[in-house]
Order: sequence, then structure tokens, then C-alpha cells
Amino acid sequence: MNRTDREKSAKKAKKEKNSCLTAGLILTGILAALILLGFFWTPHDPNAMAAGPKFAPPSLRHLLGTDNFGRDIFSRVLQGAGATASIALTTLAIGAGGGILLGALTGYFGGLADEILTRVGDVLTAFPSILLALVVISILGPGNRLNVMLSLGLVFIPSFARVTRTAFAALRDVNYVKSARLMGAGSGRILAVHILPNTAPVLLPALTIGFNNAVLAEASMSFLGIGVTPPDASLGYMLSEAQGMLLAAPWYAGATGLVIVLLVFGVGLIGEGLRRDEKGVL
Amino acid sequence: MRYILRRMAALLATMLLVSLLAFIAFDLISGDAATAMLGTEATEESLAALRAELGLDRPLPVRYGEWLAGFFTGDLGTSQNYHQPVWELLAPKVGVTLRLSLLSFLLITAVSIPMGLWSAGRTRGEGLRTGLNQLCMAVPPFFTGILLSWVFGIILKWFTPGQLPDRAADPAGAFRYLLFAAAAIALPRVAMTVRMLRGVVNDEMRKDYVRTAISRGNDRAGVLRRHVLKNALAPVVTFLAQTMAEIVAGSIVVEQVFAIPGLGRMLVTSISNRDYPVVQAIVVILAFWVVLAGTAADLINARIDPRLRLEDGA
Repeated sequence: MNRTDREKSAKKAKKEKNSCLTAGLILTGILAALILLGFFWTPHDPNAMAAGPKFAPPSLRHLLGTDNFGRDIFSRVLQGAGATASIALTTLAIGAGGGILLGALTGYFGGLADEILTRVGDVLTAFPSILLALVVISILGPGNRLNVMLSLGLVFIPSFARVTRTAFAALRDVNYVKSARLMGAGSGRILAVHILPNTAPVLLPALTIGFNNAVLAEASMSFLGIGVTPPDASLGYMLSEAQGMLLAAPWYAGATGLVIVLLVFGVGLIGEGLRRDEKGVL
Repeated sequence: MRYILRRMAALLATMLLVSLLAFIAFDLISGDAATAMLGTEATEESLAALRAELGLDRPLPVRYGEWLAGFFTGDLGTSQNYHQPVWELLAPKVGVTLRLSLLSFLLITAVSIPMGLWSAGRTRGEGLRTGLNQLCMAVPPFFTGILLSWVFGIILKWFTPGQLPDRAADPAGAFRYLLFAAAAIALPRVAMTVRMLRGVVNDEMRKDYVRTAISRGNDRAGVLRRHVLKNALAPVVTFLAQTMAEIVAGSIVVEQVFAIPGLGRMLVTSISNRDYPVVQAIVVILAFWVVLAGTAADLINARIDPRLRLEDGA
């Protein structure tokens, strides 16, 4: 590869990174707007029986048709997406909050606690998060929204701690941190003001991945009937409901699943865009 | 050899830790099984008698030791829900889940490695391929499973959704049924493996030794096969071991979609029923499977790359 070639491909990657990020932001923006709308207004009451005929195919009156009780599927999907997104965000807040705090402290201070926690984290991250979450929720008690968020949040802590720990440990002894220390800055200030902003290129993509994992894990748990249960049904529970009506109303399962896919796809594109931004050329 | 022994010791230590945690956690929450079985009307004497019979009056370490030994002797206690020995309940299900997992693993390996190698170094249509890759990663296995049952089960009638054919009576049908379930688990993981392999190979192709080899007149495909592949293999093997963990997670959900009577389905039912002896046993079996895959990957990598054997691997 000669020089101009390399420049060309660097330019190309740059352009493509932008399109990744842009596409992701647009898609996620549209979905977020719809979800926000769903909190205040839905075309029909999502739980009203007989809002229309049973198993009506998609039409102008019922954009995504109706289910076995004549409930409007579009309204239900809007509401379910809201439940899914808010659970995922809460889970992310618990997991990322705990993980970043733990990772920052262990990465910056090191020592025996760091050694032990890192080993424990290595063992825990080897297991699939859904398996761990199932263990935690069977201890806390299944079928409760708070327990779902708590169990998933706890399970996501080790992976965030691991990413954060590496980033903080790498910046522990760089010159600007040393000089801040010499100027008498306290540890808390160094961690929050001097190091944390510089770990953003690593942490931001990790947050998008975390969000997606949270959406998928919650959807799986609710699909299995151990997660969120009615009345505040999430997309996962609705999909398990829709599976039973696959013969009569395939659009129900299709629409519900598609919303999960688009949500994860959009945020995934944002993450990929951010990651390329950091790396430059892929 | 020393490396192998060290990895085995680490495997053993991890499994002991995992089983201990599982035992203590479920022991704490399951409370007093005797009270649960006899109800609140029971007298102190009958409770004490039942506790003695169940062995609940003995200290925790003793009970842990006996439970652990049960994995080798086959005595894992009794299911509170099915009133059947846990081992008898689980034994037929282990094979089903094992077959599903292996099938899925083979599918992922066979599809993603050629695709990843093909995709590496090609820049045409990269934007489209990135998009497609991200899309495949976004599809949860249970949704793929539902789509597959709809298209191939309901429309094309290749199989009856919800009915795993008996393996003795209809081996081909049973295999086809499991293949669809395995494909549902595999799809997002294939996308991830392709992406990862592509990244590793591309990084490797930029290195000096590749430039040297090409400047000597070797063609790209030959360099890829003879030099790059071996260097790129180690991270891929590690990644595939993590894939085994993801397959376990996927099979829990996909067994539910396809109504496959495996460990995953049993786990979900038992959690809903709070049947802790069963949950405990399944968690330890699945964990063992995951840890074993990780150890196997480490051993394979040590064979591929002797440098790894020198590291302090714990």
C-alpha cells in the first residue's frame, strides 16, 4: 500500500464512520421520539379489550392490527418499548454507575483489593450475563420489575468495572495526572476531573454495548416469564404472548421483535461509529 | 505439561468456588425445607425428625461436601416440585442441551471463519457489510427462533413448531428441528465472530512480516494462509470459547421458543416454581460447561503459540 492509497482509505473510513454514527443517531432518535410519545399518548388504550375486532390485520385505524382480545398492537408496542427502554436505562445506571466507580477506584489505587476484585471479576464475566441474572433473580424473587432491574444491574457491574479499571490504570501515571497531584489535587478530583473525561473514548462505546445487552437480557428474561409481567408488560413478555398467536396474527410477533431489533441496531451503530472515531482507521 | 496441570488446577478451583457460591446462596434463601414440607401446623418433634431425616441438622460444610459428592455419585437431592431425584430428572435433559449447544457451535465455526477470512482485506461494499453485520448482531435468538418457526414451521411446514421429534423414531426430523434452534442461537454470534476475525486479520496484515513476505513475491492468499492465520488464530479460539458461554445463554431462551425439553427449559420452570435443588444443580452443570470451554481454549492456544505457556496462567 503506498502513501496515497493509505490516505484514501483513511479518508474513506472517516466518511464511513460518520455514516455509521449518523444512521445510528437518526434511527435511535426516531425510536426515542416514538417511545417518549408513548409515555403521554397512544392511539388507543394499550390494555383496552375490544378496541377493535379480534385479530384485525394492520390497517389505518390499527397501524399494526389487533391481538386476540382486540387490543391495539401499535399502542401496546409503544408502551412495551417504553417499559423496555426505561428498564434498560435503569439497569445501565446501576451497572455502569457501580462498575465505573469500582473500576476507577481499583484501577487508580491498585493494591490487594484490586488484585482480588479483578480475579473475581474475571470469573464472573466468563459466565453469560443471563445465567447470572437468572441466579440473582431466583434469589430475589422473580416476576417483579424492581428485582429485574436490580439483578441485571448487579450482573453488569463486573464488565463495566473491568473496562474502567484498564482505562484508569493506563492513565494513573501520565504527566498531567502527576502534575495535578503535585499541585495538591485530591484523589477524588483527579479521578473525576482529570482522568474520567479522558476515558470517554473507551467508556462511551462500552455504554452503548451495555445498553444493548440490557435490552436483550431484559427481553430474554421477560420472554421466559421471569422478568417483567403484566400489567406493565415489556417487549419481551409481549413477544412470548405473540408467539402463541403466530398462526392468527403473525404481525404481532413481527412488529414486537422488529422494535427490539431496531432499538439494538440503532444504538449498536452509534457504538460502532464512536469506536471508529476513537480508532481512526479500522 | 506443567502448563496443563496449572490450567487444570485453575479449572478445579473455579468450579469449587462456583459450586460453593451456588450452594450457600440457595441454602440461605431456600430457608427451612422441613417447615416448607410440613406446613405451619407441624409440631416441633415432627419438624426435628424430618430435619434429621433430610440431614438438615448437620453443619453447612458437611452438607456442602455431600452435595458436591452427589455430582459424582448421582445423589443431588430431591426436587421439591416433582418429588423425584434431581439426577433422574436432569439426566435425559443434559444430552438434549449438549446436542443443541454443539450443533450451534459447529454452525458458528463453519460459517463464520470462512466468511471472516473472505471479508478481511476487502473494502468493496464495506459500508453495507458493516450495516448488515450490526443488524445481525441486533436480532435476539428468541426472535430469530420465532421467525424461523413461522417461515419454516407454519408456512412451509418443514417441522411442527413446539414438537421435537423423538430421536429414536425420527432421527432426521429431530436433527432438522434442532438445526433450526441452533441456527437461531448462531445468527448474532456468527456476525460477532466475523467482525472480530476480520479485525484481527486486518490488524495482522498491516504488520511488517506480512509486508516483507509480500515484497518477496508471495501472493496475498498464500501469506494469509501460511503466516497470518496462525497468528490470528489465538484470539479467535478465545473468542469461540466465550461463544460457548453465549450459546448456553442462548439455549436457555431458544429451548423455550422451540419447546425443547433441555436443561434451559427446566431451569426456567424451576426458578418459577422456586425448586431450588434443581436450580442449584443446573446452574453448576451449565457453569461447568462454560468453564470447561474456557480451559479448552487456553490449552488449544498454548499448543498453537508456545509463548503462552511461559506466562503465569492462572
